[in-house]
Amino acid sequence: MVDMKTSLCGLELDNPVIPASGTFGYGYEFAELYDINCLGSFSFKGTTREPRYGNPTPRIAEADFGLVNSVGLQNPGIHSVINDELPKLAKVFNKKVVANISGFSIDEYVYCCELIDKEEQVGIIEVNISCPNVHGGGMAFGTDPKMAAAVTKAVKAVTTKPVVMKLSPNVTDIVAVAKACEEAGADGLSLINTIAAMRIDLKKKKPILANVTGGLSGPAVFPVALRMVWQVYEAVNIPIIGMGGVSSAENVIEMMLAGAAAVQVGAANLRDPWVCKKIVDELPAVMAKLGITDLRGIIGGAHG
Amino acid sequence: MKQGIFTVASNKNIAANTWEMVLLGDTSGITAPGQFVNIQLDGMFLRRPISVCHWEEGSLTIVYKAVGRGTEHMTSLGTGAGLDVLTGLGNGYDLTKCGEKILLIGGGAGVAPMFGLCEALAKSGKQIKVILGFNTADEVYYAEKFEKLGADTVITTVDGSLGVQGFVTAAMDCDYDYFCTCGPEPMLKAVYAASKTSGQMSFEERMGCGFGACVGCTCETKYGHKRICKDGPVLEKEEIIW
Repeated sequence: MVDMKTSLCGLELDNPVIPASGTFGYGYEFAELYDINCLGSFSFKGTTREPRYGNPTPRIAEADFGLVNSVGLQNPGIHSVINDELPKLAKVFNKKVVANISGFSIDEYVYCCELIDKEEQVGIIEVNISCPNVHGGGMAFGTDPKMAAAVTKAVKAVTTKPVVMKLSPNVTDIVAVAKACEEAGADGLSLINTIAAMRIDLKKKKPILANVTGGLSGPAVFPVALRMVWQVYEAVNIPIIGMGGVSSAENVIEMMLAGAAAVQVGAANLRDPWVCKKIVDELPAVMAKLGITDLRGIIGGAHG
Repeated sequence: MKQGIFTVASNKNIAANTWEMVLLGDTSGITAPGQFVNIQLDGMFLRRPISVCHWEEGSLTIVYKAVGRGTEHMTSLGTGAGLDVLTGLGNGYDLTKCGEKILLIGGGAGVAPMFGLCEALAKSGKQIKVILGFNTADEVYYAEKFEKLGADTVITTVDGSLGVQGFVTAAMDCDYDYFCTCGPEPMLKAVYAASKTSGQMSFEERMGCGFGACVGCTCETKYGHKRICKDGPVLEKEEIIW
């Protein structure tokens, strides 16, 4: 028997597999396909104070081993998420969820976190300071250590739930941002969000995305994400949720060896809607093959 | 939605740059004409969404144009090749709203879903008129199949090399009480403007997942945001915002 359990900011997870925000909606599309209670948790679609349509289409462009998206935080707004989505979700998922919160100002982050703090279903608040697809917010907070710390501090002041800051890879030094968040009181870190990217339509000779640029995700980014998780693990003492191109049980173990306490699966859900269940199902055999009996024991195991 | 491994039974070039592929597998996930399948291809991260042209128990037919890396790769697939396919995606056409004298308008690759719809309507004994629009005569496909279903079929070609010269709208001045259409967006816009009745229109968009999770293909309608892949691809004329 192998032990797949892991701990994340005081939360006990049956396994480390968490679908990433923006690739799993609010869960129902997947609950029609399989019992999503097999997941460790899941991070729901990034939510803002007001409802948002997002960016104009096209907002998806394929890449080798991944895709570039410029969805731009389409969501029904925090009130609708609390009143409509969470009750529906409770019918198909009986574990604690990760509430992904975005904003365009510190006030907006605070507003959303204050409201979501009251929700029993929410186990962790994941504060997205790294969306590359919105202007005047999102990533702007995640690329400056001082701003990242300011958001962290403001959010921590209005919630008793664990706060995990979701970091951008689009920085010179992700460690500086990670440390700033830790010092400001973050309970954990989520990394990486998508990497700023674009594609050009060869026939039209114009950018494919209406927004011109978007964020790259998928297996193409896995080695970059792994490197960043590695570096941040060396520098902080709070748990890390590792993500970026994770598509298999082997990828989960590699992320954990680099320092992740739990792992999110994003783009892979779009290619194979059953992939998270497959990873959970395959983990025990892959662990056994690698001589791993306890997943908690391998977190950061590749470091000296 | 269902996932299945399908086997290529045939893959033929039926008109200029136009291919017909018959796939064998479990089609029980398909519930309405106008739905699409999402096909995983070797070496490509995202699946390729393609409208279903015809389906029956154990087999489905798609007609596609080789327009990019994915569809070009598909032309190389031979008989016996296995494909991972998601079936039963999208809403499809609502037959209950289709009236008694229905006009079907397909343009290019958009002719394909009109065929499955025409089959379903023919079974229910409706009076069907079909306008099939192409650029040139060598692109024309399936006209005789529509005729065999008893549909009054008109071909339009932009260059006049076959049938009525012009766009599909050149043949729309006829008697009908409802319409359904699928084709490139400029054509849909023109059909919308020329149409005299209610109708249903099938849209295309670049998709991420094809089943509603990523919201990559959202459009604005009079009834709120809709995902082309899950709440569409078929929208009602009355809800469309251009």
